[in-house]
Amino acid sequence: MSLSSWGNYPKTVNRVFNFDKIATLKAILNRHSDLIPYGNGRSYGDSALSENIVQVKPYNYFLDFDEASCTVHVQAGVLLSDILDVLVPKGFFLKVTPGTKLITVGGAIASDVHGKNHHIEGCFSESVEVFTLMLPDGEIISCSKQQNTELFKATCGGMGLTGVILDAKISLKRINSRYIDQVTIKTKNLKETFEAFEAYKDASYSVAWIDCLARGDGLGRSLLMVGEFRDDGELGYEDRKKLNIPFNLPSFLLNRFSVKIFNSFYYGRIRDRISRQRVDIDQFFYPLDAIRHWNRIYGEKGFAQYQFILPKKSSFSGLKEMLELITCSGKGSFLAVLKLYGEANENYLSFPMEGYSLALDFKIEKGVFALFEKLDEVVLKHGGRIYLAKDARVSQAVFEKGYPKIDKFRALRKKYEMNKTFQSLQSLRTGI
Amino acid sequence: MAYVLIIGAKSDIAMALARKYAESGHDLYLAARKPEELRGFANDLKIRSQKDIRLLALDILDFSSHDGFYRSLDQKPSGVISVVGYLGEQVKAQSEFTEAHRIIDTNFTGVVSLLNIVADDFEARKEGFIVGISSVAGDRGRKSNYIYGSAKAAFTTYLSGLRNRLHDAGINVLTVKPGFVATKMTEGMDLPGALTAQADEVAKDIFEAQQKKQDVIYSKWMWRWIMSIINNIPEWIFKKTSI
Ligand SMILES: Cc1cc2nc3c(=O)[nH]c(=O)nc-3n(C[C@H](O)[C@H](O)[C@H](O)COP(=O)(O)OP(=O)(O)OC[C@H]3O[C@@H](n4cnc5c(N)ncnc54)[C@H](O)[C@@H]3O)c2cc1C
Ligand SMILES: NC(=O)c1ccc[n+]([C@@H]2O[C@H](COP(=O)([O-])OP(=O)(O)OC[C@H]3O[C@@H](n4cnc5c(N)ncnc54)[C@H](OP(=O)(O)O)[C@@H]3O)[C@@H](O)[C@H]2O)c1
Repeated sequence: MSLSSWGNYPKTVNRVFNFDKIATLKAILNRHSDLIPYGNGRSYGDSALSENIVQVKPYNYFLDFDEASCTVHVQAGVLLSDILDVLVPKGFFLKVTPGTKLITVGGAIASDVHGKNHHIEGCFSESVEVFTLMLPDGEIISCSKQQNTELFKATCGGMGLTGVILDAKISLKRINSRYIDQVTIKTKNLKETFEAFEAYKDASYSVAWIDCLARGDGLGRSLLMVGEFRDDGELGYEDRKKLNIPFNLPSFLLNRFSVKIFNSFYYGRIRDRISRQRVDIDQFFYPLDAIRHWNRIYGEKGFAQYQFILPKKSSFSGLKEMLELITCSGKGSFLAVLKLYGEANENYLSFPMEGYSLALDFKIEKGVFALFEKLDEVVLKHGGRIYLAKDARVSQAVFEKGYPKIDKFRALRKKYEMNKTFQSLQSLRTGI
Repeated sequence: MAYVLIIGAKSDIAMALARKYAESGHDLYLAARKPEELRGFANDLKIRSQKDIRLLALDILDFSSHDGFYRSLDQKPSGVISVVGYLGEQVKAQSEFTEAHRIIDTNFTGVVSLLNIVADDFEARKEGFIVGISSVAGDRGRKSNYIYGSAKAAFTTYLSGLRNRLHDAGINVLTVKPGFVATKMTEGMDLPGALTAQADEVAKDIFEAQQKKQDVIYSKWMWRWIMSIINNIPEWIFKKTSI
């Protein structure tokens, strides 16, 4: 079989194993090496790819929902969208959600994902009360901030390299509406964008779309979107009709001109410096989920996302340098997202740190990887790092410099002999 | 809302049906030989749908228990779906009667025993629907599975008679004839992709047909045409084939 991840790059051939019983999974771990758990394949690069893949998505029962303590206990294959379908109508929402709801709970923990409220609520692991993990020898261990803390810190953000997450108890937040009051702030350049982020640092949710092809005076012009849940008691939550991209589009459709036109249009459509909209959960948190298979617009060869974060003190000069490199290259696409993050947590390989992160998509074409290497240098120069969940190409040297706790992680892998059972293409490349 | 009773609830098709009916607002009785094996599934469904999902023990071969089983349901179901079936081993069934007997009793005698009881109740109450999962294998006997096929043929005929009987009471009886379905029953068999349905496709077809009060459906739909061709092959040719 050939499974790929969201970027459709790299393309690989793998053996896929399924389990519905614990005993079956144990036997799989016992018999095979170079295994990696696979959730819903929404990571962009090669973190969920390997010679041997264990599919977790079919392991997807709800185990418990406790209204009083605001917690839901689910098996790791349950999708965030399933949780929302069941619990939004009852007035609950995830404390932390990434920009797609089509990921598994296991994948959310393994990448320690974050959302538009990282500056307030932190990463997904903050909402994980406890999870169970199957170690290479088949033993099942409960991990939380109080219990087996080392395994907790390694597994949250550990990219599936510590074992298979089986189930997790997640704490939720109460909401009183499915609507969000959104404020859009239009900025003219990077300086204004930074000022706007600072001005709105107390907003519950914030993220900016940045026009990464604007040059000169307009470098860094953005639309910052901030939001607060409303309080109007409207909790119905239905699936919207979805658009679908039925097949891979020819990749020449995406070029510097079409992207530039899109960006100008997208930026120009908002006229006022500050505007207000009422939007629902799906529009605010998951705009891309409205188009099924949108990754196909990048064509047969696929695409790669480059997401990095820089510490706050060097963010401004660093981002300027990065944007200049990107605009000069004429590559880079319309999906460029900038965000101010809160403090880092203690997990060994979690991506966020206090500072600014930029994520942008590039179709796979000549010159892209050379550009990435140039970008890597700037990231390292400013003390930043690359997000593994989006990565398909980073070198061991660049990865290691960004993640100072990697030695602890490696030591733990060795101690439990995890490295003998679990490897992804990414871990082999970066020596994790 | 009223309960739907699903018999043979551990089958993949039955589980897909359970999801479909719970999602559309029905409470469920799930009857299986070993109901405890369905505990995780039922609990999941209960949380997702917020419907009442009850597990019940039932062996379709234990004919004498059927009356008591049905009587024990404190609220009588508004619909019954029989998914029970047993493919068995054709070659073994040719020489060992116990295997043939088991195939016949699981697919036919046992279901008749239970549905007779259900039919009396529905007829008296003048409400309810019955769905029976038969098979395309019952449309024409073939050497590869004619014991199973003949039991399904008998079941198809039973359902057609039942439909006729219950029509005046306003009770709809739906006969379902799946072609190939990828389930535990066919695990490891080499099935033709285009003709093979997934369990949830079959469940969706059944749900929609039942809601529309249809009489007989094939799933996937093209099996109606395939079977009409197969049924029209003259016997002198058919007997020489091995399909
Ligand atoms: C449109 C879009 C928007 C996104 N927005 C964000 C965002 O805002 N913030 C953010 O942080 N991320 C974001 N992501 C990335 C995504 O949230 C992560 O890649 C997530 O891990 C994907 O989960 P998945 O279930 O698809 O897992 P996969 O992609 O299948 O796997 C991801 C990793 O998790 C591991 N894994 C999966 N299941 C298990 C398990 N049961 N046990 C152990 N390890 C497991 C895999 O081995 C792999 O390393 C976005 C992705 C897309 C496509
Ligand atoms: N799969 C196909 O290609 C196909 C094609 C045409 C028709 N069908 C029909 O579709 C229906 C569902 O089949 P399936 O494919 O989902 O296969 P399945 O999983 O084997 O389903 C058969 C079900 O019948 C139950 N059963 C067998 N003997 C029983 C008994 N004595 N008492 C109670 N329950 C009993 C089984 O219970 P346990 O789980 O306890 O064994 C199982 O749940 C069957 O009627 C089958 O004949 C299937």
